[in-house]
Amino acid sequence: MTATATSSVPSSAKKGYGSMSRDRQWALRWSYFFLVLFVIFFLTPPLYMLITSLKTSQEISAITNPWWVFNPTLDNYKELLGSGTFLTFFRNSAVVSISVVIITMLIAVPSAFALSRMRFWGSGALATGVFLTYLIPETLLFIPLFKMMAVFNEYTGIELINRWWVLLILYPTLTVPFCTWIMIGYFASIPKELDEAALIDGATWMQTLTKIFIPVALPGIIAATIFAFTVSWAQFLYPLAFTTSESQLVLPVGIITTLIKGDVFNWGQIMTGALLGAAPPLIIYAFLMDYYIAGLTAGATKG
Amino acid sequence: MAEVHIRKVVKKYDEVLAVRGIDLDIRDHEFVVLVGPSGCGKTTTLRMIAGLEDITDGEIAIGGDVVNDVPPKDRDIAMVFQNYALYPHMSVHENMSFGLRLKKFPKDEINRRVDEAARILDITELLDRKPKQLSGGQRQRVAMGRAIVRNPKVFLFDEPLSNLDAKLRVQMRIEIKKVHQKVRTTTVYVTHDQVEAMTLADRVVVMNHGVIEQVGTPTELYHHPRTRFVAGFIGSPAMNFIPCTIQESGGQLALRVNDQISFPVPPARAQKYSQHKGNGSVLLGLRPEHLTEAKSQPEPGIVPFDANLEVTEPMGMETFVYFPINGDTICGRVNPTAGAKDGAPLKMAADLNNMHLIDAKTGLVL
Repeated sequence: MTATATSSVPSSAKKGYGSMSRDRQWALRWSYFFLVLFVIFFLTPPLYMLITSLKTSQEISAITNPWWVFNPTLDNYKELLGSGTFLTFFRNSAVVSISVVIITMLIAVPSAFALSRMRFWGSGALATGVFLTYLIPETLLFIPLFKMMAVFNEYTGIELINRWWVLLILYPTLTVPFCTWIMIGYFASIPKELDEAALIDGATWMQTLTKIFIPVALPGIIAATIFAFTVSWAQFLYPLAFTTSESQLVLPVGIITTLIKGDVFNWGQIMTGALLGAAPPLIIYAFLMDYYIAGLTAGATKG
Repeated sequence: MAEVHIRKVVKKYDEVLAVRGIDLDIRDHEFVVLVGPSGCGKTTTLRMIAGLEDITDGEIAIGGDVVNDVPPKDRDIAMVFQNYALYPHMSVHENMSFGLRLKKFPKDEINRRVDEAARILDITELLDRKPKQLSGGQRQRVAMGRAIVRNPKVFLFDEPLSNLDAKLRVQMRIEIKKVHQKVRTTTVYVTHDQVEAMTLADRVVVMNHGVIEQVGTPTELYHHPRTRFVAGFIGSPAMNFIPCTIQESGGQLALRVNDQISFPVPPARAQKYSQHKGNGSVLLGLRPEHLTEAKSQPEPGIVPFDANLEVTEPMGMETFVYFPINGDTICGRVNPTAGAKDGAPLKMAADLNNMHLIDAKTGLVL
């Protein structure tokens, strides 16, 4: 039956259809090939971390197949989660990151709104300037910043160095410019008539922002939030430079400074700590991925 | 509800003059349409009335109060935008009530007004929906509803039908007219579509290059255009302009088009045009419906001539025919039974009782 039906299709049409589907098949094969490469490249390190975290120190240093756990154990997890310091790092990281996200959003959203919608002298140059500040790497800034804080201490007597909350001042220098830039792009994709309609309806600029722009730009705001959180959570250089006491450390620096003692590397716990530390952003991404993509691509097409 | 007065209003963007000192008085309850090609300043004028653009010079008054420095929210106007500008995260009810809620109206009053507007616009069953669940026509109704509930002094429409397909546009045009008949709010409506202007307006304002060319009722503009621009802009297909010279032979004034064609000026108009005798650069303006197939019985003022049709467009109840005169393509409108065929000759007749004579240099209708 099927054979009859197929043979009734004109040969030219069949050929055309076949070649198109062959092209598609090849495109699909290639995309899968590269996707698999990609997955291997990016998932091997976390997999290795997971494997190592389940091993004892003896097994890690033993000459066995490093990709296999012969005597799986949760000791690393128990020790790490049972130690007060790791939980302190975790708490510091969480408090810093969440606070930074809040501070960033409180600054970035209104400034992006002002820069994209309220026409004032120099707003264009200011918007570009905001982005340019993001391009300056923190490696260039941490020494002058350190000096600034020392001078600040000299004049005011307020000690900023080796306090975890100093990170609340430092991180926004990285997150605010980029988030402002993302939000400017997102707000630009909102039709101008929408705020004009709100203005005519009697809304003030603030009401236009809170009642129209923030709800409409929620995907963009979520994207910016995720970005700010990831940057704060993974930031290494600033906490390394500005905090030293165990009680003031955040996770990335805490793991390195407390689990590496001289030339003794506690690999099992380092891997466990890194894995646990990577979990919160991963969970956030998993839940908000769609918003993140929508937020980053909003400017590209008119929706 | 209120009158709108525009006095010598100028709008300048950097060095570009978008509106060059226009004067316009819009009466209470009136439906005025600003029409013109893109870039003629019509939308800028509307936005200045709304307060969305600053006025470079001049004065705008709504309801007797000069509003030059009054922010949009305090002008008591409502605007319907081309792309509807509905708040996407709010339901239809919330969209319509947004302005009233900002003004802290009591809940009962808000609901009463929204229900009333929804009833007028026949969108009662859509009140809980979000804008993205609505069709283009429904969105347009909601945008109008948002304007109606506010019960403003003036409605401003900025090309509200441009985003709709042709059929829906005709339908919504009628809806807008019905709504205006019910609520009678002073309305300023901007469009580039002269058909919309003619069908909706009490008075049409034709704009071009930042100035008002003519203000008048649709019939006035159609039958008595004051400039070549208005004559050509109003009416579809557009008026034909045939270059000719005014001559007098044997006491009879005539318009010589070329060696073959010379149209005698009807006696009723002869006196008016005689002062322009010898003017070598005048244009004879004739609408397609005044260029028809020749009748067997001669009528005064209707002059037959021979035409070689290039293209015919049968529309059903009429047929448009296109033929050359002095190298220009001229459009005529004939009866479908006249036997017009592509490439065939046809005896045509020009109805000079409805002619217009235009000075080609000044562009003014003589």
